[in-house]
Amino acid sequence: MIMKKIGSVEFSILGPEMIRKMSAIEIKTPETYDKDGYPMEGGLMDAHLGVINPGIRCKTCGQGMRNCPGHFGHIELERPVVHSEFGRKLELLMNTTCKDCGNILLPEEQIKKLQEEAKGKVVDKTKKIMIKTKTVKKCPHCSAPAHKTTLDKPTNFFYNKERIYPTQIREWVEKIPEEHLRILGYDTTRIKPEWFIMTSLQVPPITIRPSITLDNGIKSEDDLTHKLVDIIRINQRLKDNIEAGAPQLIIEDLWDLLQYHVTTYFDNNTAGVPPAKHRSGRPLRTIIQRLKGKKGRFRYNLTGKRVNHAARTIIVPDPYIDLSELGIPEEAAKELTVPEFVTEWNLETVKKIVEKSDRPVYIIRPNGTRRKVTEENKEEIVKEIDIGYRIERNLKDGDIVLFNRQPSLHRMSMMAHTARIMPGKVFRMNPIVCPPYNADFDGDEMNCHVPQTEEGKAEAKKLMLARDQIISPRFGAPVIAPKEDGVSGAFALTMPQTEFTKETAMQLMYEIGVTELPKPDRGKKYSGKLIFSQILPKDLNLEYESYTSKIFKQAGMKPEDGKIIEQYMNKVKIVNGNIESGVIDSASLSEGKGVLVDTIAREYDSIVLEQFYHDLNRLTGYILTEKGMTASLAEYDVSNNIETLKNKVINETMKKAEELVESYKKGTMEIIPGRTIQESFEQYMMRISAEAKDKVEKAIMQEKLQYVTGEEAVLNTIAMILSKSRGSTTNLMNIAGFWGQASVREGRPKKGFKKRLITSNERADEGLLAGGFITNNFLDGMTAKQYFYHSMGGRQGEVDTGVSTKVSGYLYRRLANSLKDIVSAPDGTVRTASNSLIQYQYGEDGVFPKNTNKGKSVDVLEEYKKMKAKKN
Amino acid sequence: MPCIEKILVILLVEKNEQKIIQRHYLVPEHVLIKKEKVDELMAELGIKKDSLPRIAKLDAAIKHLKPEKGDVVKIIRDSITAGQSTYYRRVV
Repeated sequence: MIMKKIGSVEFSILGPEMIRKMSAIEIKTPETYDKDGYPMEGGLMDAHLGVINPGIRCKTCGQGMRNCPGHFGHIELERPVVHSEFGRKLELLMNTTCKDCGNILLPEEQIKKLQEEAKGKVVDKTKKIMIKTKTVKKCPHCSAPAHKTTLDKPTNFFYNKERIYPTQIREWVEKIPEEHLRILGYDTTRIKPEWFIMTSLQVPPITIRPSITLDNGIKSEDDLTHKLVDIIRINQRLKDNIEAGAPQLIIEDLWDLLQYHVTTYFDNNTAGVPPAKHRSGRPLRTIIQRLKGKKGRFRYNLTGKRVNHAARTIIVPDPYIDLSELGIPEEAAKELTVPEFVTEWNLETVKKIVEKSDRPVYIIRPNGTRRKVTEENKEEIVKEIDIGYRIERNLKDGDIVLFNRQPSLHRMSMMAHTARIMPGKVFRMNPIVCPPYNADFDGDEMNCHVPQTEEGKAEAKKLMLARDQIISPRFGAPVIAPKEDGVSGAFALTMPQTEFTKETAMQLMYEIGVTELPKPDRGKKYSGKLIFSQILPKDLNLEYESYTSKIFKQAGMKPEDGKIIEQYMNKVKIVNGNIESGVIDSASLSEGKGVLVDTIAREYDSIVLEQFYHDLNRLTGYILTEKGMTASLAEYDVSNNIETLKNKVINETMKKAEELVESYKKGTMEIIPGRTIQESFEQYMMRISAEAKDKVEKAIMQEKLQYVTGEEAVLNTIAMILSKSRGSTTNLMNIAGFWGQASVREGRPKKGFKKRLITSNERADEGLLAGGFITNNFLDGMTAKQYFYHSMGGRQGEVDTGVSTKVSGYLYRRLANSLKDIVSAPDGTVRTASNSLIQYQYGEDGVFPKNTNKGKSVDVLEEYKKMKAKKN
Repeated sequence: MPCIEKILVILLVEKNEQKIIQRHYLVPEHVLIKKEKVDELMAELGIKKDSLPRIAKLDAAIKHLKPEKGDVVKIIRDSITAGQSTYYRRVV
């Protein structure tokens, strides 16, 4: 391949001589076709301009339709016309130069100075010159009076309030000397200002304005052709009138008309010009309309290219398919095709596919010709198929497809799945892959693409398969992990009280495909932990603290308090794939932090983790439907003890706050180093209310833990909080305890009225209640004032989510776009598309984060543990 | 309330602006590699000199090295991932 570096790209405008040189033919007649339907000689469809019909040869280059690039023609304009896009440029030139001599309206020394500043280069100093020439009344070079030129947009000029015509303007700007143009920003070797006024007009090749033959044989012309016809007509009339010696007035009218047509030919949306209409009243789509905007060439056709072999519908969760599977609706599968190469090994299978298919199948012969298989020619074609043929068959189970959700922010936004054709009209996906796509099922639509080559299929399978994306390349920990029901279910299964009869245990074993029932571990019964252990790899050894035990500790519980409590508080200990103690909760299974998931993902093949998720799904699904997990208001009712404690704590806090306010006002309050008095005071106040909240929260949690520590565990929101599958202790506190301090921007709400938050407060009351402290909870309901404080905090949260998603989304987009072409090269360096260096070692240490343990390339402690285990 | 009774302030004024820049914690160490050794280095790295990022001859961080056009500057930076990492730049 020949590679050449592009040094620079230059945009300029064409002069009349250049237009004539480039032109294949001068267009003179407004007619396009003669009565026999052949292009008119010298007309807009002249065969010199290129070919669009097959079989005809171009009169300019002699090539056929495929190879002829199309050629430009030109129209000689009878009178010059201003190019509407350059009106402003002309106005600037005319206001800085003299009409008589063409020199800049500045004394020689000043021009010299400017030229020196430019150092002989072409520099645009128009702005500077404009400021100085505004007040000049007389040309310093030829003493001619200087007047102001005004532009009546887009193309009419007035000099000293009198109309000045394009011919005059052309003469004027031709006079401007080269040295002066250079400091006005014009490089005269490339561009001359008189070219802003056109004496000849380019006619684009017919390839960009093809005429369409309708079914009834009537030819329909492109909008651009229509516009060019208008220009030629007026040009012809102008010529006739000039030759006939018509009065000046008529000529000027025609001239303006020509100007109008040329203006709208370039831009049919020019301000101050009525848009040219088609016969039907539709505005014409001329050059600028073709390129500009959302529906223009750039955004619609070049950046927005569309692909074949793709499908898009609504997504729906289906936990009974694997995470790297994708349910594709039959309807879509019938439209999507996959090429199958006929080899000696699959010849018979392929023949069967062609025979049995109820949808049209295509065969592609080795020479590239395609043939549709129909009922009539089926037998004949089946006989014909041989090695080297290709068929395009419908999608079937097991085909590899790509699945994508916009916005595609990271590589996990597009992953490969294996297809499963399913009834219905929607895509079905395992809800466990929602986080990487950031998908939910409130009406989200997603796209599916079918790779068409063997290379594509292999790449998709090896690099993009969903189960190989479980560990995020961003932080080296799993992004695909159970959530909500998955965690709750695992928790319900591994609670100390959970045990099953032989019958239920066998049912559960059947769900996960274990054929040999292990020995019961609780007399005649089977514990939930034993069942859970069946889905773990047999050589897994782990020990870590569960989230549940942390909550128990926070609530002030001790292992000595009871046998069940002790079991909850034990560390999770897995020995040879058997859970010996502890409960499985979010500390084992969550996204990013789940130790169990993380270890399986790291130590085993990805298919092991996929199988684990598959089994876990079945177990949790069964257990949750069997036991039921439900929420009731009764869970948030607190005992009288808590109620009295709550009142006591609030009263104490009030008293403390009063003392604090007093010491603050007296000035005896201790100041936090580095803070002002006010800041310190606010901090103390926040601290007091937080302390109060903590106390009550702890007590409530302690009481609520009874739900799970009883002989028979109750599965409700408390179990959810404990396993961290949903909700937090703070949420519980807000419902059953009290809300505490409402906060706006990390502090007590400040803004409101003069020295007070709301008008029902006393002025300058710094106390707790006047500063947004809420003593009630959601269950009891708040007072009007407290509700208002709460809304202040709520509003900030709402604004924050709105603003931060918007801002960070745009920021991320810009960052991602700037980095998207940067690749890590085979030699370990990081390079841009043009092969220049960014980093000498990928990430400075040459380590791919996906292969690390949460960012650390080597976890020394873990490696030591492993070595120790091996030694024993 | 704790109170500081006496404060002794010593203002150290560095007259040499260059040294202030070099001493700043955000300015990494810059080392000049002379033209003669550049080819050797490029061969070692397996790259062409054109693909190196550029640095201005008058860049404040290397002004004191008095570099010439075509020299290569070695920059030793602290790195979160690798402890220390070296970068090269072509003087223009």
